[in-house]
Amino acid sequence: MRKIRLAVWKFASCDGCQLSLLDCEEELLPLSEAVEVAYFLEASRRVEKGPYHISLVEGSITTPHDVERIKRIRRASRYLIAIGACATAGGIQALRNLRDVEEFTSLVYARPEYIDTLKDSTPVSHHVKVDLELRGCPINKHQLLYVLISLLNGRTPSIPSHSLCLECKMKDNVCVMVSEGVPCMGPVTHGGCGAICPSYRRGCYGCYGPSETVNMESLGRWWIERYGMEREELVRRLRTFNIEGALAPFARSFEGEGA
Amino acid sequence: MTVRVIGKEGLEGLLRALREEGYTVVGPLVRDGAIHYGEIGSIGDLPEGYRDEQGAGRYRLRQEGDLFFGYAVGPGSPKYFLNPPERLLFRVSSDGRGVEEEDGDDPGFAFLVRPCDVAGISIRDRVLLEGEYRDPHYLRRREKSLIIAVNCTHPGGTCFCLSMGTGPEVGDGADLILTEVSGKEHYFLIQAGSQRGKGLLERIPSMEASPAQIREAEGLIEGAKGRMGRALERDGLKELLYRSHDHPYWRDVEKRCLACGNCTFVCPTCFCTTLEDRMALDGSAERWQRWDSCFTLDFTYLHGGSIRSSIASRYRHWITHKLATWIDQFGTPGCVGCGRCITWCPVGIDITEVVEELRKGGG
Ligand code: SF4
Ligand code: SF4
Ligand code: SF4
Ligand code: SF4
Repeated sequence: MRKIRLAVWKFASCDGCQLSLLDCEEELLPLSEAVEVAYFLEASRRVEKGPYHISLVEGSITTPHDVERIKRIRRASRYLIAIGACATAGGIQALRNLRDVEEFTSLVYARPEYIDTLKDSTPVSHHVKVDLELRGCPINKHQLLYVLISLLNGRTPSIPSHSLCLECKMKDNVCVMVSEGVPCMGPVTHGGCGAICPSYRRGCYGCYGPSETVNMESLGRWWIERYGMEREELVRRLRTFNIEGALAPFARSFEGEGA
Repeated sequence: MTVRVIGKEGLEGLLRALREEGYTVVGPLVRDGAIHYGEIGSIGDLPEGYRDEQGAGRYRLRQEGDLFFGYAVGPGSPKYFLNPPERLLFRVSSDGRGVEEEDGDDPGFAFLVRPCDVAGISIRDRVLLEGEYRDPHYLRRREKSLIIAVNCTHPGGTCFCLSMGTGPEVGDGADLILTEVSGKEHYFLIQAGSQRGKGLLERIPSMEASPAQIREAEGLIEGAKGRMGRALERDGLKELLYRSHDHPYWRDVEKRCLACGNCTFVCPTCFCTTLEDRMALDGSAERWQRWDSCFTLDFTYLHGGSIRSSIASRYRHWITHKLATWIDQFGTPGCVGCGRCITWCPVGIDITEVVEELRKGGG
């Protein structure tokens, strides 16, 4: 195995996804022998110049400076992997895309003129070519390890995009929708987490974003008609982690019907 | 074969005898608001006094009566034990030379299950053992397993085993057959269905059943036939599905179906799997088999894309396989009428209703 140069970058985010890498405990040591960590401020002050084999990018693009920086990172990286809901879908902070950001800055900051921000919070893929996306808030460390090990061995990683229900049933969970009438985003949500929330008898919040085939129209209708869910709540559920992307039109249409 | 009768102590004695023979007893228990299948240690683990209410996309438990087996099947099925959701096939060392097969120290399961599940196991046997390629892992587990069928006296709201000829009374395939009766007295009729079953039955104290007891049990099973939650007209079913390839109703199903695959995961006969290679940092690798479903896009992914990209084509494929192409492949339908796919579909799509809609013509 050749030693590969790894860089880990942060944009607008909470650091949770980068932490998943440090959280790899037993694998961390052998991993650090196989890769040369060239840039990873969360772990080390050592900063080395590119090019890098693999760049893991956490966070969404929210400032003009971010836009420039992500382009530089792209140029310096062989593989660019976006990690987490922020980098792949704009993150919770993309809620601002639905409102007037200038109004926010004028309310929050004493001197709003110092704030240089974009109107929208957007995923990395809106700005540069992304080779692979790892979903989730936060990402699953086992998926991250799998990807790194695959690339170290010259294999193309395959990240399935089926619905979460597959993983939920593999865990032998009793479906919370059917047995308790708890709304669950699982049927329209991208698998990968191992069905964490339903395993604790909670409905999935959809932090992995939309699965390969989304029929939110049907699921939403079921919640409204059978579970008596208010449209406003339905729209909020669709938007928490999924402000941009495949669920956005559904959120708009349910919102529209309610008006 | 003679019919014997045992009481609660006899049932406990049976469970003990099974454990002494080295079996892991798998039977019904209450977990997370449903009757599930899991490991049973004593009769105290059984769902005594529980009944279920089932409808399309809805399941609730309530407490009523004193039956140990007063429920219809829940989301779990014997396939979780015979073909677990994932399993290791082999390991390859980093130099690529040593291939180590998983030999498997498989447990012997004694399944305490419903007639439809016994029929489901027979269908799996046909699919996984009787073709040109046998599944060695499944074979090992099957050879070691014992089946105790518990006849149904309280079918659920989505059951239609009567239509499929798989219940409420068990047919072939059980080593022991139980029927629970709770009237003036609470007892279990017990009968052997194989030599192994006979040997076990001889190990526990039992009495000969009286004609009145046998009549009472038969009456309960007859009564169950009249209380099936659903029915499926079998006449010309295969031809109907073949004829319906371009039926407009698929578009209606497509508006509701989530392509989540739950119907395939809960189905006791669905058997599809895929392979995953998992590598370690030292360059060694493992090949795993895990459940898959015809509702995923990867399932039909060929060069350039997936064959069944629309939800309509995936649902049509699923139901056509269950009720038509399965017959051509394996000689029986791939459906035993357990109703799980109806209950556990998050949006309540009902296989019997879909067939009715197709019958209305248009295809
Ligand atoms: S609990 Fe949610 S994820 Fe699990 S099967 Fe039900 S709908 Fe799917
Ligand atoms: S169950 Fe849903 S919300 Fe919970 S961690 Fe998984 S994808 Fe995220
Ligand atoms: S198709 Fe549905 S009713 Fe038939 S055996 Fe499968 S889960 Fe049961
Ligand atoms: S029929 Fe129901 S359970 Fe099956 S894939 Fe469609 S929505 Fe899911």
